[in-house]
Amino acid sequence: MPLIKIRDLHFNRGDRVIFDGVNIDIQRGKVTAIMGPSGTGKTTLLKLIGGQLRPDKGTIEVDGQDVHKLSHSELYELRKRMGMLFQSGALLTDIDVFDNVAFPLREHTNLPESMIRDLVLMKLQAVGLRNARRLSPNELSGGMARRVALARAVALEPMMIMYDEPFTGQDPISMGTLVNLIHRINDAMKLTSIVVSHDVAETAEIADYIYLMSGGKIIEHGSPVQLKDSGSQWVQQFMQGLPDGPVPFHYAGPDFAEDLLNPEDNA
Amino acid sequence: MINYIRSLGRWGLGSFERLGRAHIFLVAMLAGVPGLFLRFSLVIQQLFSIGVLSVMLILISGLFVGMVLGLQGYNTLVDFGAEESLGVMVSLSLVRELGPVVSALLFAGRAGSALTAEIGLMKSTEQLSGMEMMAVDPIKRIIAPRFLAGIISMPLLAAIFSAVGVLGGFLVGHGLLGVDDGAFWSQMQAKTDLFEDIFNGVIKSVVFGLVVTWIALFEGYDAMPTSEGVGRATTRTVVHSAFAILGLDFVLTALMFGD
Ligand SMILES: Nc1ncnc2c1ncn2[C@@H]1O[C@H](COP(=O)(O)OP(=O)(O)OP(=O)(O)O)[C@@H](O)[C@H]1O
Ligand SMILES: [Mg+2]
Repeated sequence: MPLIKIRDLHFNRGDRVIFDGVNIDIQRGKVTAIMGPSGTGKTTLLKLIGGQLRPDKGTIEVDGQDVHKLSHSELYELRKRMGMLFQSGALLTDIDVFDNVAFPLREHTNLPESMIRDLVLMKLQAVGLRNARRLSPNELSGGMARRVALARAVALEPMMIMYDEPFTGQDPISMGTLVNLIHRINDAMKLTSIVVSHDVAETAEIADYIYLMSGGKIIEHGSPVQLKDSGSQWVQQFMQGLPDGPVPFHYAGPDFAEDLLNPEDNA
Repeated sequence: MINYIRSLGRWGLGSFERLGRAHIFLVAMLAGVPGLFLRFSLVIQQLFSIGVLSVMLILISGLFVGMVLGLQGYNTLVDFGAEESLGVMVSLSLVRELGPVVSALLFAGRAGSALTAEIGLMKSTEQLSGMEMMAVDPIKRIIAPRFLAGIISMPLLAAIFSAVGVLGGFLVGHGLLGVDDGAFWSQMQAKTDLFEDIFNGVIKSVVFGLVVTWIALFEGYDAMPTSEGVGRATTRTVVHSAFAILGLDFVLTALMFGD
């Protein structure tokens, strides 16, 4: 049975349709990637899974529980077993790196401070930032902040982690380490990982299964190899990063020429 | 014309919706308060940043307001040969009205705006969202301690304001204008009633503390997560708090003293 089962998901932001009947299965113990052009709703999907947003129609089941039918306290119980890495890192800015990683441990466990220290140092060591532990979040670069957030997300040893764009803003070295790390964490901790990204090469390297999303629908899914060999033009354009093809680069709306000829902005 | 009416309607609906959200928010905050007694250190931290850091402002303002009361009161009372009653006049004005009201206005400007900006920024940098995903309820962990600290701080600050104000009135009345100090203090003690005056003043400032902190926290929590949104929310906190304080002051005064 898959860990996450999404069925017939519909979600709108105002008049804008973000999801229009999406079905996704996330298998336990695997790394599943969700890819798609910017603005297709990848972050939104993670927020729906985490119960921060409510679908207009359809269901999301995590570990057999319908996320949006849970009570407040049941949802919080479930979230203790979900880790999430935000696109921005979302570190608490009034405490330092060490306390950020210690935060979930202090909130949810009664571990003695000495053990918390060991655990935190271990997690920070894994992301290569043990010696940055006394820096405050505003002294970190975007890439470093994301690595601290990763250390924090795994602090409680959850059953799954959702990574929102883990690779953006990483230099080639930390990128390599991070790809490795996600893989290692997934295998060592028997986790289920969901990676949201548009870095095709890195994602294809670690993903066991990939969903490609666009225009509110799943366009294609399969293993990285299957997708590379896919006959679909759309998939080829996205996987190879070609500028021309069926994927629109522009936000939907009237034609450029039409806009230029029409000085009154009635959009 | 139709468009005008339509936007008026939309504005009206929007305001009511917002008012509804504010009340749901209040209930959620109140629900978070009992749990704080298990982790009172969270409240202590906030008592420091909301209360203690406002003390200087309150001390200085209280002193000057008291001094002005001393001057103005003396000028009026001396015409009736009643300058000995200056003490009563100063203390009653402060304890009943100026203490709670002016300190609440200052509190809204100093602590309220800071709270809104802090919460609004935490929202716009996804810190609140991040906390939710770590299964930590931001209402319980972040909002409720600030709420309780605001309610506790406000009456204490108002008391400090009134006390310093009385001193200021005494300094001007006795030191500058030569009112007899024995008469000043003894009339004040005789005419200032513990329940009628002081207790009612404390009730007022508890209400103001609750309302100002509620407005400030809600504005921050409900702010549009952009720099402009947080800026506007901060302004709204100060403006709405001022209206709420002055309006409620009238209602409370009418209830307490209006017989
Ligand atoms: N708070 C919001 N209010 C209204 N619309 C929103 C909001 N947040 C996102 N959207 C819209 O929802 C759509 C999906 O946003 P989302 O952040 O999920 O995209 P994404 O796939 O994560 O993009 P990226 O790869 O750039 O991070 C966007 O078109 C955006 O305009
Ligand atoms: Mg995103």
